[in-house]
Amino acid sequence: MTTLDTTEPSGMIMTKTADNTGTLAKAATAARAGEHETKISAAGVSVFYGEKQALFDVTIDIPARQVMAFIGPSGCGKSTFLRCINRMNDTIDICSVKGRIEIDGADIYDPKIDPVLLRARVGMVFQKPNPFPKSIYDNIAYGPRIHGVAKAGSAMDEIVETSLQRAGLWNEVKDRLHEPGTGLSGGQQQRLCIARAIAVNPDVILMDEPCSALDPIATAKVEELIDELRTRYTIVIVTHSMQQAARVSQKAAFFHLGNLIEVDETDRMFTNPTDQRTQDYITGRFG
Amino acid sequence: MSDTTAQSGKPKERAWYEPDAKLSRRHAADRRLRIYGVAAIVFALSMLATLVGTIAITAAPAVTQTMVTLEVEVPEGAVDPSDPRGGSYQKILNSAVARIFPEVDAPREQRELRQLFSNGGQYALRDKVVSEPSLIGQTFEISFPLSDIGDQLHKGVIDRDLPREQRRVSDEQIAWYDRLVAQDRISAPLNFGLIFNADSRFPELAGLWGALVGSFYALLICFLVSFPVGISAAVYLEEFAPKNRLTDLIEVNINNLAAVPSIVFGLLGLAVFLNFFGMPRSAPIVGGLVLSLMTLPTIIIATRAALKAVPPSIREAAIGVGASKMQTVGHHVLPLAMPGILTGTIIGLAQALGETAPLLLIGMNAFITAAPDSMFNPSTALPTQIYIWADSPERGFTSRTSAAIIVLLGFLVCMNAIAIYMRKRFERRW
Ligand SMILES: Nc1ncnc2c1ncn2[C@@H]1O[C@H](COP(=O)(O)OP(=O)(O)OP(=O)(O)O)[C@@H](O)[C@H]1O
Ligand SMILES: [Mg+2]
Repeated sequence: MTTLDTTEPSGMIMTKTADNTGTLAKAATAARAGEHETKISAAGVSVFYGEKQALFDVTIDIPARQVMAFIGPSGCGKSTFLRCINRMNDTIDICSVKGRIEIDGADIYDPKIDPVLLRARVGMVFQKPNPFPKSIYDNIAYGPRIHGVAKAGSAMDEIVETSLQRAGLWNEVKDRLHEPGTGLSGGQQQRLCIARAIAVNPDVILMDEPCSALDPIATAKVEELIDELRTRYTIVIVTHSMQQAARVSQKAAFFHLGNLIEVDETDRMFTNPTDQRTQDYITGRFG
Repeated sequence: MSDTTAQSGKPKERAWYEPDAKLSRRHAADRRLRIYGVAAIVFALSMLATLVGTIAITAAPAVTQTMVTLEVEVPEGAVDPSDPRGGSYQKILNSAVARIFPEVDAPREQRELRQLFSNGGQYALRDKVVSEPSLIGQTFEISFPLSDIGDQLHKGVIDRDLPREQRRVSDEQIAWYDRLVAQDRISAPLNFGLIFNADSRFPELAGLWGALVGSFYALLICFLVSFPVGISAAVYLEEFAPKNRLTDLIEVNINNLAAVPSIVFGLLGLAVFLNFFGMPRSAPIVGGLVLSLMTLPTIIIATRAALKAVPPSIREAAIGVGASKMQTVGHHVLPLAMPGILTGTIIGLAQALGETAPLLLIGMNAFITAAPDSMFNPSTALPTQIYIWADSPERGFTSRTSAAIIVLLGFLVCMNAIAIYMRKRFERRW
């Protein structure tokens, strides 16, 4: 099961993150200025699948109400790190996490934290749309119901409507709320999944390649949606598409072979990367 | 594909669409494989048809029961109206028979004559009088079964052209039977007694009711025990148990349990339920418990397979919105697995319904002439009843055995139909 080691010294790891002092300083000023304070702060996170280490001492601050994109070649640990943020890795027996991840200053791997509550605050959207094989309405209502946010009735109807509206799906499905969610198109299903994540009123939404199973038009819709959601939610998105990262994210983090190589403003990273590996990846020389 | 243009031009170069020898060999192999498949299915179906056909033909005589109708007079003094059960009804019947055959007076002949009529006649008469006491002192008609030999004679199972030494009825009996036919006293209505009577020594009276009730109770117990226990065990093993040596061992043992011969479960039931816990012998509750031991592995294995088949994305979705492990399983995984679980359960129960050996060991093959009032009373079950009848020498039991087999098969078909229906229903809800 997941083990915890918060005593890990994080000072030495920081050197691995290019420009980290600058980033931290910027985050600090941002926090003081009150615009984009740090929402998620990871320090010295290492992840092991059994004997195999998948992430090496990742230290990163993720700002609130912005879109942070994780990029990097396949197998570099993007999904692994993303799944640490809502402790989805707990469900994998052989997976163990070391280091410290804080959300709003609270250590999420603290034994006092119930992962169930954490996952209500940190929603997740998966690579393949995975609506429950239930009605559209029940898909949205399920989360609020189990968390006791609302009982069935008008309060629930309202949550369903708001969530679908925020996910930009309301107009398309308002007449068929009681038809199965699996009957929607792929893009609609993915937005339904986003609506489902929104319905439990999270602060953070994690998206693992949310558009990789969608066609360009559906992708454009989801990207548009991500851009709108940014005003309310902190969004972390894993993507393989440089264009997508450039379109939707304000900040980007480049992972390589389990290491976090570089974190920067997306624009800056794409025009003027610090690390040679980032440059190689962005220009398409590997990955 | 087509070779319409194949003739044009000289031999040499072959166009890309012209089949070569390898391609036709491949097609031939396809065709051969299809023929093998069809042949296998035809073979299997014909075996099944032969089996069912033979049973049906053997069972056919049991569809009807030959009855005789007599006028009986119940004299005032013969039955006490305050205690109508105590009357000597056999005597009353005998005199009714004597009125038809006044010339038969030698005791030996009278005995032979009475052999034509079922021993159950007196009970039919008694039940009629008990339910209608006003009949005392009256003359009225009553129908009751002919005996086994009468029945066989009527159905032509006993060949009357055989020489006397080789047939089971005497020339006189044939003559008497013919007189009854001539007087229009013989009829052959549908044999409801086969279903609604309890077992009897006399084939013409024997029915399956006791066995049906016994099987019902046993299956009920079996279901009530093995369904919840099996599902809980499977859910725990599949969803919650840590993967270690111990759970591996448990898994191997459950799989082996499914392969243990059923008679071993019978021995276990005998040793544990009867001898150690002192439960009643031959009772459906013990039968049900023993059968549930056998059904458990089937249900556990089917449930685990069904749980495994639920896509992991559904679990992730549920966990992702903050469902606990229990909620994930209870709200999403288990309902999605339900069709598979139900199929497995019904298959397990169908197996249990047809299981004989363990029931023999706990005494459910006892000769019991009344249906059990509860699951604690001695009783038989359908397969053990078939076993008992198949073992009985009377000719009438041959056809009844086959008829009972058809009833058993009918129940199995019904169970499968219910399984399919429930599966469809569950599927539509999702
Ligand atoms: N459940 C698991 N068990 C064992 N190893 C795993 C598991 N999940 C991931 N890994 C390993 O961890 C490493 C990082 O995997 P991860 O899924 O995080 O990569 P990724 O960056 O998301 O790749 P992709 O872009 O292809 O999705 C890989 O080497 C992978 O083999
Ligand atoms: Mg991934």
